[in-house]
Amino acid sequence: MATQHSRSAARLMMAPAVVLLLGWMLVPLTMTLWFSFKKYLPLRGGDLGWVGFDNYVRFVTSSSFWPSVWTTLTIVGGVLIITIVLGVLLAILLNQPMWGQGIVRILVIAPFFVMPTVSALVWKNMFMDPVNGLFAHLWKFFGAEPMVWLTEASLESIILIVSWQWLPFATLILLTAIQSLDGEQLEASEMDGATPLARFGYIVLPHLGRAITIVLLIQTIFLLSIFAEIFVTTQGAFGTKTLTYLIFQRVLESQNIGLGSAGGVYAIILANIVAIFLMRIVGKNLDA
Amino acid sequence: MARAVTQKRKIINTTAAWAVGLLIFFPILWTILTSFKTEAVAIADPPVFLGFDWTLENYATVLERSDYARFLWNSIIIAGGSTVLGIIIAIPAAWSMAFVPSKRTKDILLWMLSTKMLPAVGVLYPIYLIFIRMGLLDTKIGLMIVLMLINLPIIVWMLYTYFKEIPGEILEAARMDGASLKEEVIHILTPMAIPGIASTLLLNVILAWNEAFWTLNLTAAKAAPLTAFIASYSSPEGLFYAKLSAASTMAIAPILILGWFSQKQLVSGLTFGAVK
Repeated sequence: MATQHSRSAARLMMAPAVVLLLGWMLVPLTMTLWFSFKKYLPLRGGDLGWVGFDNYVRFVTSSSFWPSVWTTLTIVGGVLIITIVLGVLLAILLNQPMWGQGIVRILVIAPFFVMPTVSALVWKNMFMDPVNGLFAHLWKFFGAEPMVWLTEASLESIILIVSWQWLPFATLILLTAIQSLDGEQLEASEMDGATPLARFGYIVLPHLGRAITIVLLIQTIFLLSIFAEIFVTTQGAFGTKTLTYLIFQRVLESQNIGLGSAGGVYAIILANIVAIFLMRIVGKNLDA
Repeated sequence: MARAVTQKRKIINTTAAWAVGLLIFFPILWTILTSFKTEAVAIADPPVFLGFDWTLENYATVLERSDYARFLWNSIIIAGGSTVLGIIIAIPAAWSMAFVPSKRTKDILLWMLSTKMLPAVGVLYPIYLIFIRMGLLDTKIGLMIVLMLINLPIIVWMLYTYFKEIPGEILEAARMDGASLKEEVIHILTPMAIPGIASTLLLNVILAWNEAFWTLNLTAAKAAPLTAFIASYSSPEGLFYAKLSAASTMAIAPILILGWFSQKQLVSGLTFGAVK
């Protein structure tokens, strides 16, 4: 079908998007690599020359490096597990016959539309505040000592906030997938005496595989770079410093561009490891 | 379905689903309610749920304290502009991928998506430098370009999945009738693709509206959108729950309403056409 003419036309039409994205990727990346081999302190002398791999060694041997990688992976992993498990359960619940399904769906999807800075501020002040937060009132009501959430359970608190934001997305995609499930098949298996658990494990879950892949892919992309939730709540204190936040501090707070750039290269490497892993699954599961 | 659902089971389902739905929605509901309380009521112990004197004073204070209209305007221009720009660039690319696929189409799509994995913070300083050089720092056009670039892969992918659904025979027929490439795109493809383009538009407006890394780091005063407006309420000055709630409600209301009205289109777009 495609003639030589339409092929070259197609290439021409793809060019703007490809060139822009290539530029968006390569230009800053090259600059980051360049700075990462320099001692560069804009406020304290500027460009102080080449230093080889010094920045890379310093960044990786700093005591905050491995904890920040760990924090990043914990947040991403924790949120993924929570949103996918709860998302599957919620999707099954919402798929049942009920009154006012449309309204319930609107309620469930709402957090997705709330900007991260708002949700972080609302959770931090109105729910997790140890004096006036709703959780404190709830704890006192049951006679317990209110928790200082963002200090005592900082990582869990962040995971809670981020999960709240992403649960709607997971639920919605899983619900769409579940709705296409063949009702007859389920009924037949029920007649054959399959337990609800067996029906879930052998019919529902395999059917959701593709949807779960999509949730995994999209959420990981966005979760690896969460920023506002930490910026607004703990500012990276109490063990919530992700790799993103650590680099942000090196670049903007300490104004050490060389060191921050080396960190940026590590972040890119980490993202690529995750990306390769993800693309493998997705490439298999998506006939793009 | 053949199996009759008993009334009792339906009641249980409804109760459970509403309970979970309200629980998930509660933080937003609480924020909206608090925005109508006085500061004293907002921190009352025990908390007051509905029985209070509703007041609009917080909204008045917020409007007085910060220039909400300007932040709102910046958000609209930046989110809208970046999306429109992205769609203009993405339509031809998605078109050619969907109708003239080659062996590399899938690789190009995955590569585009992988650029989204490039951690923003890794390239923050270079972008910052480029922005200073080009006088783009704290300008709406600068943010528009950056947000367009970070959302472009998603726009291309979404449009691609929509375009793929359009039967190729229609285009063949048009070509037989002597339609040029330009006519094909404008008169045949675009009208058929309008629903898909609309949901792509919506989702990307929402993503751009809520984006909070570049908008916080590349703006100061002039071009700051609502994400920055709300971040300015992060350091408490005296009693502030009610005012914070009013500001939050004002920041999320436009997109919440837009999202609710268009949720059907959004869902189909969000699944990247991979879930039917």
